[in-house]
Amino acid sequence: MLIDLRQIHKTYNNGQPLHVLKGIDLGIDEGEFVSIMGASGSGKSTLLNILGILDNYDEGEYWLDGNLIKDLSEKEAAHYRNRLIGFVFQSFNLINFKTAVENVELPLYYQGVSRKKRNELAMSYLEHFGLADWATHYPNELSGGQKQRVAIARALITRPRILLADEPTGALDSKTSVEVMNLLTELNRTEKVTIIVVTHESGVANCTDKIIHIKDGIIGETTLNEQHQSSIFGTETIMK
Amino acid sequence: MRFDTDTYREIMDALTRNKRRSFLTGFGIFWGLFMLLFLIGGGNGLKQLLEKNFDGFATNTVIIAANETTKPYKGFKEGRSWNLQYKDIERLKALVPELEVVTPSLPQWGYTATRDEFTASCSAKGVQADYVKVQAPTMKFGRYLNQVDVAHKRKVCVIGERVWKTLFPDGDDPCGAFINVNGIYYQVIGVDVSTSNINLGGNNADEVTIPITVMRDILNSGEVVGMICAVGRQGVNMGDLEGRIRQVVARQHYIAPDDKEAIMMLNMEVMFSIIDNLFRGINFLIWLVGIGTLLAGAIGVSNIMLVVVRERTVEIGIRRAIGATPRDILSQIIFEGITLTIVAGLSGIVFSVLLLNLLEVISQHKAVFQIQFGTAISALLLLMLLGLLAGIAPAYRAMHIKPVDAMRDE
Ligand SMILES: Nc1ncnc2c1ncn2[C@@H]1O[C@H](COP(=O)(O)OP(=O)(O)OP(=O)(O)O)[C@@H](O)[C@H]1O
Ligand SMILES: [Mg+2]
Repeated sequence: MLIDLRQIHKTYNNGQPLHVLKGIDLGIDEGEFVSIMGASGSGKSTLLNILGILDNYDEGEYWLDGNLIKDLSEKEAAHYRNRLIGFVFQSFNLINFKTAVENVELPLYYQGVSRKKRNELAMSYLEHFGLADWATHYPNELSGGQKQRVAIARALITRPRILLADEPTGALDSKTSVEVMNLLTELNRTEKVTIIVVTHESGVANCTDKIIHIKDGIIGETTLNEQHQSSIFGTETIMK
Repeated sequence: MRFDTDTYREIMDALTRNKRRSFLTGFGIFWGLFMLLFLIGGGNGLKQLLEKNFDGFATNTVIIAANETTKPYKGFKEGRSWNLQYKDIERLKALVPELEVVTPSLPQWGYTATRDEFTASCSAKGVQADYVKVQAPTMKFGRYLNQVDVAHKRKVCVIGERVWKTLFPDGDDPCGAFINVNGIYYQVIGVDVSTSNINLGGNNADEVTIPITVMRDILNSGEVVGMICAVGRQGVNMGDLEGRIRQVVARQHYIAPDDKEAIMMLNMEVMFSIIDNLFRGINFLIWLVGIGTLLAGAIGVSNIMLVVVRERTVEIGIRRAIGATPRDILSQIIFEGITLTIVAGLSGIVFSVLLLNLLEVISQHKAVFQIQFGTAISALLLLMLLGLLAGIAPAYRAMHIKPVDAMRDE
């Protein structure tokens, strides 16, 4: 099992303590394409941040590819984030004073890859995503869908085994949402990247193979969705 | 921490693509360094300009001159005119052994010196050869008056810089040439370019110095001398001698012992110490203001950097999320700080050097305003240290930004 969560607890202690995750048990295999759904404030982002080692948890065990992820040094955590995990955020989180291609190559900078090689690789990813013409544009010159594709390229350039996406279509219209989801699906099918998507949108969830519901800080029902028929709005669209 | 061209480009990108931010941060440093160096250079130049007025002047000199009495004494009414005489010099020498030199001076104003078609207005002064002990000349050409000139009443003269330049516009060595001063021809034996302004006869540059014996004959002044200059021996405090000098002169001329105004005494030592204190004060102020500005600059930089780090929380969080270690972030912020400091600091140095140069040109190179290379370098080093210190708090804060912090700032 690539990802194995056992009784994960997380409490936020800013002022009033807030017990957000109350014992999460979750296993995800290599190559799965999973979505996490739940009400606003149910702890989806919190869970994803823990999965991505962006945040700590208080109790339980998180096994990632056979390694216990607990009390890691910042350096080790950075290493995992850099090599094993890619992130995509709802708000894209591109660095606005860097061009698209510079944003994409940034993870490789922290790996110590030479500028030339970085640039070549980043360009090939942008080309693959149909963004070659936009490589030297700054994020504020790109549309939402373009930005998200740049962000996905950045998440993938280190060839991570896991791609975590927190509401990747949250800021996109339905057409671009479909495009982005198709892109993720293709990645999962051809590159065998394990993908976990947090979403509000049933249409987005419907693109994935498994839908995990989170409620009151614990995992609720898990729906297998191999047929992609779960969307109450139909199968081919994502309703906004 | 690694530092290669890649890191360098990363830093330059961050700095040059956020120009307003970089400018604001760097400006404090630029201004601090500029102010400090400009003040140091300007202060030094000003000091030199002022000191030129005392050039070569023995600091432990008292200048004595006669004035109308202000008190009746021994049957004489107040308001009586009297004159210093040669015998006062002998008496002072005999009665105040702490004095190394006592020498007369016969100053005259409103003279005209001519040579061929050239004319210069000047002052003239008759002195003895030992006047050099009072005011050391700076000979550009030739020599100063000597005892033989004085004893033989030679018609020779030493001329000041402006007189020389006016009468000898080619800038030639004038020694041996004759000039006419108020109808009498003198052979020029030297040019004194000392810039001293103290000789009460006006500017040294406008002066023609001749043997006192010659001046005495011209003026037909007999035993009368215009001024007496007394120089104390090494280590003697002229202030302590003033009373005795006054006493010796007063008794001879029947002046009331407490009639201070009748005997004008100018104690150069006091003047010098006033100037000295003035400059000590100015120097203190310069350092106070300079260091203050620099410190304020550093603190300002630190503050701005703190704000900048807060502003960059998302950026830093993103970097962390895609694999930057805290050390990567720390070194980035510190290198950015150092780069900014160096660029802004060097601009500050260049700007102050340029401005000081301008000052020097404006002052016609009469003084050196320019700071020394070492001063600039140490200021820069001091600045880099300050910049580093200023960067610590912001870098520390930046280092502790977590990846999740970036996500939260939506
Ligand atoms: N850093 C934090 N400090 C304190 N409370 C937090 C923090 N982050 C999240 N929370 C709280 O924890 C709860 C869960 O937050 P989380 O962001 O995981 O919800 P979510 O399921 O992603 O919601 P949404 O669908 O709106 O994004 C919320 O009530 C939120 O206010
Ligand atoms: Mg969320």
